[in-house]
Amino acid sequence: MNSAAEKQAAGTGLDPEKLRADFPILAQQVNGHRLAYLDSAASAQRPRVVIDAISHYYEHDHANVHRGVHTLSHRATDAYEGAREKVRQFIKAGSTREIVFTRGTTEAINLVANSLGQTFSAGDEIIVSELEHHANIVPWQMLAERTGIRLRVIPINDAGELQLDVYQDLLNERTRLVSVTQVSNALGTVTPIQEILAAARSRGILTLVDGAQAIPHQPIDVQALDCDFYAFSGHKMCGPTGIGVLYARESVLKDMPPWQGGGDMILTVSFTGTTYNELPYRFEAGTPNIAGAIGLGAAIDYLDGLGMAAIAEYEQQLLHWATERLRTIPGLQLVGTAPSKAGVISFNLDGIHAHDLGTILDHQGVAIRTGHHCAMPVMEHFGIAGTARASLAFYNTREDIEQLVTALELAHKMLG
Amino acid sequence: MAVQEQLQALYRSTVLEHSRAPHHFGQLATSNRQATGHNPLCGDKCTVYLEVANDELTEITFEGAGCAICMASASIMTDTVRGCSLASASAAADQVLESFADRQAADHSELPGDMAALGAVRQYPSRIRCATLAWQTLQAALTGKAQTVTTEVTTNQS
Ligand SMILES: Cc1ncc(COP(=O)(O)O)c(C=O)c1O
Repeated sequence: MNSAAEKQAAGTGLDPEKLRADFPILAQQVNGHRLAYLDSAASAQRPRVVIDAISHYYEHDHANVHRGVHTLSHRATDAYEGAREKVRQFIKAGSTREIVFTRGTTEAINLVANSLGQTFSAGDEIIVSELEHHANIVPWQMLAERTGIRLRVIPINDAGELQLDVYQDLLNERTRLVSVTQVSNALGTVTPIQEILAAARSRGILTLVDGAQAIPHQPIDVQALDCDFYAFSGHKMCGPTGIGVLYARESVLKDMPPWQGGGDMILTVSFTGTTYNELPYRFEAGTPNIAGAIGLGAAIDYLDGLGMAAIAEYEQQLLHWATERLRTIPGLQLVGTAPSKAGVISFNLDGIHAHDLGTILDHQGVAIRTGHHCAMPVMEHFGIAGTARASLAFYNTREDIEQLVTALELAHKMLG
Repeated sequence: MAVQEQLQALYRSTVLEHSRAPHHFGQLATSNRQATGHNPLCGDKCTVYLEVANDELTEITFEGAGCAICMASASIMTDTVRGCSLASASAAADQVLESFADRQAADHSELPGDMAALGAVRQYPSRIRCATLAWQTLQAALTGKAQTVTTEVTTNQS
């Protein structure tokens, strides 16, 4: 570990230079440059152990789950259910009956909208925020079209923070659900989720937390949060694509109607009637993404090995350092300046469209995301079409940030 | 520096001149046809205003916000088709859209007017829609039957 790296990771116990070697994809050159991958909020990269776990499963243990008496089916079932237990421990849920595997955050939220949503009626209200990803807006709009429920929105201020006083006013006896993100993918704002949940809870209102951007960056304890639902995606936390989780409080989930029908979610089927399976299987119709769940389990083991607290501390240091570094670039405006942020720096560079920036940076090996980040209402609030977004993971170093800064300076020279 | 050369091929001085000071930019009071196009990938938006008289495109302007490629393409488009017959304006749009659909097309000369300066965009699959947005919007405005047509050109996000 060189002295620069030592300084970076000071006190966190993480050695990011060494960790980078765990991620085969980071070793490559892109367009003739060292790859500076600053797009982990869109999708993180996978360590070798996750890739190996998936290969091992397909090479040795694959069969369908919950259906065979043969050895491979047992192994596949054990591995799949083992992954569910790892998820339970990782988010400190009380029971694996509360862990439903989905395709990702999007499907987890759609599950709630389509299942719990059946119990809502015209005039009922759901509260979301202006910070939400489209995944936590559109399913509720679709439900509103079907049932006549009303969507209420907690506004943000110009720093990108939720206006809690307005939220308090939005809560009323028609409110059935509060569904809010813990971390904004577009701005990085960490929302005061505890306060938001407590205010809903004290009125007996159900709550859903979009944890897609929170879970890669900090320890999560769903019992301490005391939320009814917590949704997240595997691919943003070093796991595979196509796998995600809906945590649902058992006392709520047990009364929810099934949403997709098929195999695995039933106990008996006959043309005179069908009985549904127990939790969580009632909500997992069809052959699941077995390899995805196993890969997610391996990602959780990896993250646990590093320690989420250490990851959080290191990333906060890097975020702070990177923010100060970017502030020194003439003409750069940060979008989203909440004091409490995680993993994301959104910005615009004077007179240069984010899309042009993205292309120029890519030529220098710097991968960032540009555009509206699936959060068009946020862009609308700031009156902009989009931003350039650099997002961080624990495998990023100051060298990545320096590369970003150099690339931005070239962009300024060429197009500014 | 190789990177700079590649980037300079994309952001030629012609492109930068047009994007910094686009020609025929703004609304057109005498417009009798118009269309608006969106590129959902980057939020770019482009409205094209036409004044059509006797099968001729007597005036054209555009309005919108977009990246350098998008703005340059729209500006060059207005220079290229202004004063053309409707048929030849439409043919120019076809030619541009076809040319950008073909990534292998090496010969930029088939692009009309200053559009050749944008030929390098073909090497950037994620940017092709930036170059074609204005032309797709022009097509929509040209084919609009009513006096004033607002057509949302929905370009697919890939
Ligand atoms: C805050 C937030 N919510 C939801 C999603 C949707 O996640 P997925 O596409 O994995 O379902 C994302 C992903 O970008 C996100 O950042």
